[in-house]
Amino acid sequence: MRGLTLGYLVRRLGMFFLTIWLGATIIFIVPRLAPGDPVAAMVTRLQAQSGYVEGSAEMIEAWRARFGLDGPIYVQYVNYLRSVLTFNLGFSLSSFPSRVEEMIAQALPWTVGLLSVATIISFVIGNAIGALLAWRRTPAALRAILPLSFTFTSIPFFMLAILFIYVFAFGLRWFPPFGAYGRGLVKGFNWPFIKSVVEHGVLPAFSIVVASMGFWGLGMRGMMITTDGEDYMILAQAKGLRPARIFWNYGIRNAVLPQFTALALSLGGIVGGSTLVEYVFAYPGMGYLLYQGIVNNDYTLIQGIVFMLIVTTATAVFIIDLLYPFIDPRISYQKR
Amino acid sequence: MATVTAAQAIGRRVPRVSRWQSPWLNAKLLVGFAMVLSMALLGVVGRLFWDVRLAHAASSPLNLPPVFAKAGPNFPPPDPAHPLGTESNGRDMLAVLIVGAPRSLRIGLIAAGIGMGIGIILGFTSGFVGGWLDNVIRTFADAFITIPSLAVLIVISAYVRQISVENMALLLAAFAWPGPTRLIRAQVLSMRERGYVLMARLSNASTFAIMFKEMLPNMLPYLAASFTGNVSGAILAATGLEALGLGPTRVPTLGMTIFYAIRAAAIIRGMWWWWGVPIAALVVIFSGLFLMTIGLDEIANPRLRGARPQ
Repeated sequence: MRGLTLGYLVRRLGMFFLTIWLGATIIFIVPRLAPGDPVAAMVTRLQAQSGYVEGSAEMIEAWRARFGLDGPIYVQYVNYLRSVLTFNLGFSLSSFPSRVEEMIAQALPWTVGLLSVATIISFVIGNAIGALLAWRRTPAALRAILPLSFTFTSIPFFMLAILFIYVFAFGLRWFPPFGAYGRGLVKGFNWPFIKSVVEHGVLPAFSIVVASMGFWGLGMRGMMITTDGEDYMILAQAKGLRPARIFWNYGIRNAVLPQFTALALSLGGIVGGSTLVEYVFAYPGMGYLLYQGIVNNDYTLIQGIVFMLIVTTATAVFIIDLLYPFIDPRISYQKR
Repeated sequence: MATVTAAQAIGRRVPRVSRWQSPWLNAKLLVGFAMVLSMALLGVVGRLFWDVRLAHAASSPLNLPPVFAKAGPNFPPPDPAHPLGTESNGRDMLAVLIVGAPRSLRIGLIAAGIGMGIGIILGFTSGFVGGWLDNVIRTFADAFITIPSLAVLIVISAYVRQISVENMALLLAAFAWPGPTRLIRAQVLSMRERGYVLMARLSNASTFAIMFKEMLPNMLPYLAASFTGNVSGAILAATGLEALGLGPTRVPTLGMTIFYAIRAAAIIRGMWWWWGVPIAALVVIFSGLFLMTIGLDEIANPRLRGARPQ
C-alpha cells in the first residue's frame, strides 16, 4: 500500500460523503423553494387520485411519514436524510407495489456497464490521439488525419445518438435501434444473449465514445506539449534512449496524470449526458427509468434515481481518487 | 514577420507589434464567434422576413418535407411556403429555428454570466483571503463539480413543471460556478507573488485595485475560455431538460422540438428534418462555442498554438 496514507484516505472519504450530502440536500431544498410547496401539492394530488390506485392510502401514509409533512421543515429534512442514507427510497408511485430500490437495482447494472466500457474506451483512445498529436516523431500523415477524430467533440452525446440511430439503425440496418437485448432471449450467461447485448450496446457506447474522446485528446495534447518542454525529456533524448521508451515512460506517464483528475471532475457531466443517451436508445438503464418516472409523474422514482446517480458518481470519483496515489507516487507525500 | 523583426531591431520604442499580430486574432476564435453570431442573427434578422407565429402548433400543414429533399411516398410533396418542412404538430421548422436558436443562446449566456460572477467573487476570496475560508470554498467547489448537474436539474424541474426561460437560466447558473471558481483561485495563487503584483502592492494599491486592475486583465483569456465552455454546458443542460419534456412549455425551443420528434418516433418514420433542423442549429452553436474555447485556450497558453519549431 505504498502511497495510500491514512490522511489521504480520510480526506477523500470526507469528500465522498460531502458530495452525497450536498446532492441530497439540493434535491430536498430546491423544490421546496418554489412557490406553492410542490411536495405538499403532490400529496394532495395523490389523495385526490386515491380512489383509482389500489393501496394508495398506504402509499400516501408512507409519503407523509417520509417527509414528516406535519412537522417543521428541519424534522422533514432529518427524516429525509435518514431514509435516503439507508437506501429506503420508498414506493414507486406509478407501479405501486414495487419499491424504488428494486427498480433501480435492475437498471443500475446496465448503466454502469455501458458507461464504464464507453468511458474507458474513450479515455484510452482520446489520450492516445492527443499524445500522438503532440509527439514530434508522429508521421505527418497520421498527424493530419488525427484531428478529424475531434469533429464530433462538441456535439452532445444524445444528439449524436439520434444521428447514429438514423444512419446505422434506420438507414443501414447494421445495429438494432432500441433496447439492450433482443426479445425472447433468456437472460443469463449464454451466447445468444451476450451477442445480443453487445450488438445493442455498440451504438450507445459509440455515441458516447465519439462525442467525448476529443475532450481527452485536446487535454492530452496540451499536457504532452508542456511535458515535452521539460528538462528530463531533453536529458532522456541526450542519453539516447529509444523514442518509444521516451514516449511511454517519460512523456505519457507524466502527461496523463492531470487527465485522471479531469476524469474525476467530468464524471458528473458524463453521467448526466449518458442518461439522455439511454433515453434516446430506450436502453433499460437509469436514464430510461428516469424518463419513465418523468412521464408518469413518479416523484419517488425520479428522486431515488437521481440520488443513486449522485452516489454512483461519487463512488466512481472516490475510486479514481484512491487509485491516484498508485499512478502518481508523489501525491501522498504532499503535505497540505 | 519581417516587420516585427525590423521593429525589434530598431529598439524598444515601438509600443506594440503589428496590429495584425495580436493573439486575439485567432482563426479558431473568430470562426467560432462567427458561427455563434450567425445563430444569434438568425433570430434577429429572421423575425423581419419570416412569420414566427408559424412556430406554434397547428399553424401549418403537417409532415411536409423540406424543399430540397426527395419526397418519399409517405409524405406530401414539399411546399415552397415551408422551405425547411413542417412536423406532425403543424409547426413550420424555419419558424421554430428562428424562435428557438436565440432562446437557447440566451439561456446559456445568462447562466454562464451569473456563474462567472459568482466564480469571480468566490475565486478571489478563496485565493486572497486563504485560511479556512479557502478550504471551505475549495472543498465545496470540488464536491459540487462532481454532482451530475443534469440529474439534479431533472428532479427540480420535474417538481416545478411550469418553468420560464429566465428561471431555467437561474437554475443552470447554480451549477456553472465551480469551474470559474477553481480556475480563478488557481490563477490568483500563481499571480500573487508575481513581480507586477508585488510592485502594485509596494505602491500602496488597494487590494481591490490589485484584483481588478492587475490580476483580472491577465486572466482574461482563461476566463473567456471558461465562460464559453460554461455557455456551452448550460445550453447542453437546458437542451437536455427540454428534450426530456421538462423545459419551458409555452414557447417552442430547440430541445422541445427534439422531445416531440423522439416521442412521435420521427427517427423511425424517416422524418429526419424534424430532429435534424434543431440538432443542426445546436451543432452550429456548440461547435462555434467549442472553437471559441480552443481559440481562447491557445491565446492563454501560447504553447498550444499549432506547429512548434523543431
